[in-house]
Order: sequence, then structure tokens, then C-alpha cells
Amino acid sequence: MNFNLTKEQEMVKTLMREFAEKEVKPIAADIDEEERFPRETVEKMARYAMMGIPFPKELGGAGGDTLSYIIAVEELSRVCGTTGVILSAHTSLGAHPIYQYGTEEQKEKYLKPLAEGKYLGAFGLTEPNAGTDAACQQTIAVLEGNHYVIDGSKVFITNGGESDIYIIFAMTDKAKGTRGISAFIVEKDFPGFSIGKIENKMGIRGSSTSELIFENCIVPKENLLGQEGKGFGIAMQTLDGGRIGIAAQALGIAQGALDECTKYMKERKQFGKPLAAFQGLQWMYADMATKVQAARFLVYNAAMKKDQKLPFATEAAMAKLFASETAMEVTTNAVQIHGGYGYIREYPIERMMRDAKITEIYEGTSQVQKMVIAANLLK
Amino acid sequence: MKIVVCIKQVPDTNEVRIDPKTGTLIREGVPSIINHDDKNALEEALQLKDKYEDVHITVLTMGPPQADVALRESLAMGADRAILVSDRAFAGSDTWATAKTLTAAVKKIGDYDIIFCGRQAIDGDTAQVGPQLAEDLGLPQITYVTHLEIEGNKVKAHRALEDGYEVLTTEMPCLLTTIKELNEPRYSSVRGIFEAYKEKTVEMWNAKDIAISLEETGLNSSPTNVRQTFTPSPKGQGMILEGNGRDTVSELLFKLSEKHLI
Ligand SMILES: Cc1cc2nc3c(=O)[nH]c(=O)nc-3n(C[C@H](O)[C@H](O)[C@H](O)COP(=O)(O)OP(=O)(O)OC[C@H]3O[C@@H](n4cnc5c(N)ncnc54)[C@H](O)[C@@H]3O)c2cc1C
Ligand SMILES: Cc1cc2nc3c(=O)[nH]c(=O)nc-3n(C[C@H](O)[C@H](O)[C@H](O)COP(=O)(O)OP(=O)(O)OC[C@H]3O[C@@H](n4cnc5c(N)ncnc54)[C@H](O)[C@@H]3O)c2cc1C
Repeated sequence: MNFNLTKEQEMVKTLMREFAEKEVKPIAADIDEEERFPRETVEKMARYAMMGIPFPKELGGAGGDTLSYIIAVEELSRVCGTTGVILSAHTSLGAHPIYQYGTEEQKEKYLKPLAEGKYLGAFGLTEPNAGTDAACQQTIAVLEGNHYVIDGSKVFITNGGESDIYIIFAMTDKAKGTRGISAFIVEKDFPGFSIGKIENKMGIRGSSTSELIFENCIVPKENLLGQEGKGFGIAMQTLDGGRIGIAAQALGIAQGALDECTKYMKERKQFGKPLAAFQGLQWMYADMATKVQAARFLVYNAAMKKDQKLPFATEAAMAKLFASETAMEVTTNAVQIHGGYGYIREYPIERMMRDAKITEIYEGTSQVQKMVIAANLLK
Repeated sequence: MKIVVCIKQVPDTNEVRIDPKTGTLIREGVPSIINHDDKNALEEALQLKDKYEDVHITVLTMGPPQADVALRESLAMGADRAILVSDRAFAGSDTWATAKTLTAAVKKIGDYDIIFCGRQAIDGDTAQVGPQLAEDLGLPQITYVTHLEIEGNKVKAHRALEDGYEVLTTEMPCLLTTIKELNEPRYSSVRGIFEAYKEKTVEMWNAKDIAISLEETGLNSSPTNVRQTFTPSPKGQGMILEGNGRDTVSELLFKLSEKHLI
């Protein structure tokens, strides 16, 4: 296993670090406080070809690879978990399924503007009664002539209300159960499609999380993604890839909290010494740093496996499980190291702790990652 | 319009530490970056390219093989061609020899309307190379450019002065040196980074390629002699005299005469 980055990946890392520090960090606290979607950041990312890093140039992408994209999510999340998930949901969940399962026409019409960052993408699988049990879909799609009519609703959809394109799952044949689920590409202006409640959240508050409502929503037949009845497989494989993105978000948040501790422990003095001199904190800090590095190796490994076209589902689940739990632990300890200041909104640490929690929940909870890992290894 | 931008790869001084024993820079492990003013130079060239048709940008650097990264970054920002002038014979060049070497390279490039240089490199810090290059090439030059317009075959530039600016016009070809007030350099694009490595090349020219004689380049041809480099020792602590006016004034007079200053 070789974790040396290529020259391109090194340069992407340097670029993303600089972009994150100068463009993202200065507004991170405000968009959290105001629950404001950072549209201006999305536009800047589009200008610098950050919205379609792993897709070929002909399809509007940057012509890069998964690892470069993962590094981008990591570096953005290091200063702002919100911006990290906007890019991750857009790239892995909105654009990638069209890249993998779309027809030439669908790629031209939808993937290209998504990868160029002209459109923002989202993914709607979860429903009020279909969370972890995602197969329990109640949204239905009925073919009528040359279009489908979709009825139902989705909840908790990242980039909801801000996106132009939604990958939506619905039952085309209830009798077939999991094999009756199909995937669709839905444009924001399709008749019968609307945005419902926008959630007020603990963390990643600048990211929009909304309900999607379908009332006799008309979707042209050619917007079926993949074959009818193959939707559940598309959802699960898309989430396998998406998990590497969320793992990178968790890794970035953890690294950001660790970096804040590195600074703070040298600056803050008590008993006439910097905090860095206290062994009780050194041991805590050493554990944090070690886990962050271990998480990075798991995350990069999963991305490299995907780039090498090797199976990566188990690796992605391990990376997400470990990186998200590391993010929660590291940010919690980072608040502890900052003492009272860690609990105060003027410092970024409490935001990092709030942002970290979601990484253990979406795109499969930690329990789900364990189910995936065990199922794959005990096969 | 054909533009040449001279860039220098320099250590990131934000991250440079000084060895307290020897007083010299610790270069090991310090990341290298494109000199700040040179990024403004490249940005200005790129803005001309955004504005006018048929603008072609060549970035040029003299440096060790590692300077490849700085050129790739320039390509990723949008430059069309990159040339690395590199040869053991160039080692130890001072500003005079650097300018001679760059002159030979620019002559080989041949066709140009504007040459951009940064005002000053953050490491060498002399601000000499741009003006020397203009002199060697026999070009008109405008230094410290903060604003630029193209009018036919002329450039009109604002040149920063200490307390204002002057407006100068000159014909192309010419050489301009840029400062950070000129513009805000763009980022590289991620697509640009992959193109820079996968699709574009950095041309390598040695002393023979640019037909420069060894009398004009390298340590032995450099008139600058470095006797010693050192960090000036910090000034001693100042002294504040307290008390009433009469006493402090007489004490001050005493201290000054003690030091033979009055
Ligand atoms: C901010 C946010 C953004 C989101 N973005 C998206 C999005 O873009 N697209 C989308 O489709 N969804 C999205 N979701 C939904 C998210 O993926 C689900 O919330 C998640 O999958 C869990 O489903 P649930 O909330 O219904 O919890 P439940 O499934 O009700 O789970 C409750 C608890 O039970 C546990 N549990 C459930 N089943 C088992 C089992 N068999 N064994 C052991 N434990 C079990 C879970 O781990 C969890 O701890 C988002 C959610 C949030 C909060
Ligand atoms: C007192 C002194 C002694 C030195 N002695 C030595 C020595 O012994 N050995 C040694 O190796 N170096 C030495 N140097 C460094 C060397 O002279 C300079 O690095 C080099 O000539 C460029 O000058 P500068 O860094 O001052 O650039 P400046 O003149 O400040 O640069 C102005 C602009 O010129 C252009 N430019 C400068 N250098 C290059 C380049 N290489 N390629 C392309 N464009 C360029 C850039 O656009 C830059 O912004 C010395 C420097 C000084 C000040």
C-alpha cells in the first residue's frame, strides 16, 4: 500500500488548503449562525473546476480522480463541515450515479452541467418511514404513456431546495419489493415537484436539508436512470462511493479540530506553563493525532481502491465508520482541551463538534456500516 | 499579443525559520511557492488573455529542476507555455548574471510584446532583475505597475510612487514590473492542474540551448561578492526617563554627553 500522493494530488491539496483558508473559513461561523447556504462559495468552486473533480473533461469534469476529490472534501471540511458536505452530496450522490448509470443523452444533458458546477445535485432516498430500512419506499412512480407520474415525499435531503437536479427513488412495482424500486432524474422545475420543510439542525447548518414533495409529478420516460427495478442497487452502490466522501468530511473536521488544539495548547498558559506542557493533555492530544492519521489512511485507501477499479464497499464502510467516530471523539476532546473557550461560539471548536455528529448518521449510520462490513466479510 | 512572464520560485517566507546559531535561513522542509509579485504579473497577463483574442502567455524561469512545480502551477492558472532555464553553469548567479541569462532565453523565445516581471523576489529582495532585463534587451520599462490599459500598440500604466502614482505611456514591446496592488491573482483550477501534468509540458533549456557564454552567467561572472550574511543583532532596550521635566531633561543631557552624542 502506497500513500504517496502524485504531483497532481499534492497540487490539488495545496490549492484546496489555500482556497479553504481564504474563501471558506472567513464565512464558516456566519453561515452556521445564520443557517445560510453559501451560494457564493459554490459559484467560486464552479469557476475553479472543483464541482466535478473525478469526471472526465469531455463530460464537464476536471479530469481528475477520486482521491483528489476526496482531498478536496477533506480540506474544505477542515475549516467548514457545511461546505464539505455540499461538495460531497453534489459530486458523489447527485452527479456520480448519472456518470455510472446514465445514457449518453443523460450525461450530456445533466452530468455535464453538474460537473461544470452550473447545476447543483442532490439525492433523495430517505422517507419518513424509510431510513435505515431504505427498501421500505412509499413513493410510487407509475408509467403513463411516455412519462412517469411520481407521488410521495422524501425527507432530510441534502442540498434540497438549492439543487437543480435530484436523483429520486420510487416504487415502480410494489409487488417486487426491493426489485420494484427505480431511480429517476428529476429537474427542479418539473410539474408537481416542490420543496417542503427545511430542517433546523444541530450542525452543518449552512447546508440545506429539506423535504421533497411529489404530487402527480410528471417525469419524462427518458429520465429513468438505469433500468426499471434496478433502483435499489443504484442507491446502494452510489452510497458505497458517497461514504468515502462523508468519511473525508469527518476526517477534515477532525483534522481541523486537531489543528486548533495544536495552536491553542501552545498559546494558552495555566500554572505558568502552556497547556502543551501538561502530560494529561499531551496523552489526549497524542491519541487524537494518531486516530486522525489512521482515519486518513483508511479514507485514502478506500479512494485509491475505487480509482483502481477494485472492490471498495467494505473499505468505504470501514473508512466512514472509523473516520466519523474519530471526528466525534476528537472534536469532543478538542472542546475539553479548550476548556470554557471551547464551549463558546467565538471559537470554532463547538461548531466542529456539532458538525461532527452528523457524519455518524447520514449515508448509513455507524450501525449500518458495521452491518455492511460484517456482511461482506462473513459472506 | 505575445506575453512573457518571468517568475521565480521562492521559499514560502511565512514558513521560513532562521537557524539561531548560524543566522541563516533553514530551507529544509520549507515549501516553495511562486514569488508573490510574479503571481500578480501572471494574473495581469491572464486578464489580458481573458479580454483580448489571440493572447499567448509564456512563463519563464531560471532555476533548479524543482522549479518545474512553479511552472506547472502557472500552467494550471492558465499560461500556454512554460520554459525552465536550468544548467549547473547558472549556479551562483547574482542579479546581473540572472538578467543576462534571462535575456538570452527571451531572445530565443524571440517574439514578444510585453514582458512582465514581479517587482521584487521575497528571498533575494533586490528588485533589480526586471530593470536589468529591460536594459539588456533595450526595452522601455515601467516599474511598480498598479493599473494597466492597452491602447493600440501602446500600454498606459499607473506607476506607484510613495505618495501617489504617475501615468506613463510607452510603446510595445516593453517590460513592466508588477506589485500586489495591481490585481488579485486567481487560483489554479483543478482541471488546469490535471492538464498541466497530463497534457502540457515544461520545456527545459540549458546554457547551450540559449547560447549564453560562461562569461555572462554563473558565480564567476557575477560582480556581486557576498562577504557575509547575518541577522542584525537586535537593538538594545530603550530607556524611559521618568520624573519631573527639570530632572529628566538634565538626566537626558547627562546621558547624551556620556555617550559623546552632544
Ligand atoms: C442532515 C441530514 C442530511 C441527510 N441527507 C440525506 C440525503 O441527502 N439523502 C437521503 O436520502 N437521506 C439523507 N439523510 C437521511 C439519513 O441518511 C438517515 O437519517 C439515516 O439513514 C438514518 O435513518 P433514520 O433517520 O430514519 O433513522 P432510523 O433508521 O430510524 O434509525 C434509528 C436508529 O436505529 C438504528 N438502527 C436502525 N436499524 C437498525 C438495525 N437493523 N440494527 C441496528 N440498529 C439499527 C440506527 O443506526 C439509528 O441509530 C440525511 C439526514 C440528515 C439528518
Ligand atoms: C547580496 C546578494 C547576494 C547573493 N548571492 C548569491 C549567491 O552567491 N549565489 C546565489 O545563488 N544567489 C545569490 N543571490 C541571489 C540572486 O542574486 C538572486 O536570487 C537572483 O539574481 C534574483 O534576484 P532577486 O531574488 O533579488 O530578484 P528580484 O530582482 O527582486 O526579482 C524581480 C523579478 O525578476 C524576476 N526574476 C528574478 N529571478 C528570476 C529567475 N531566476 N527566473 C525568472 N525570473 C526571475 C521575477 O519576475 C521577479 O519578481 C544573492 C542575492 C543578494 C541580494
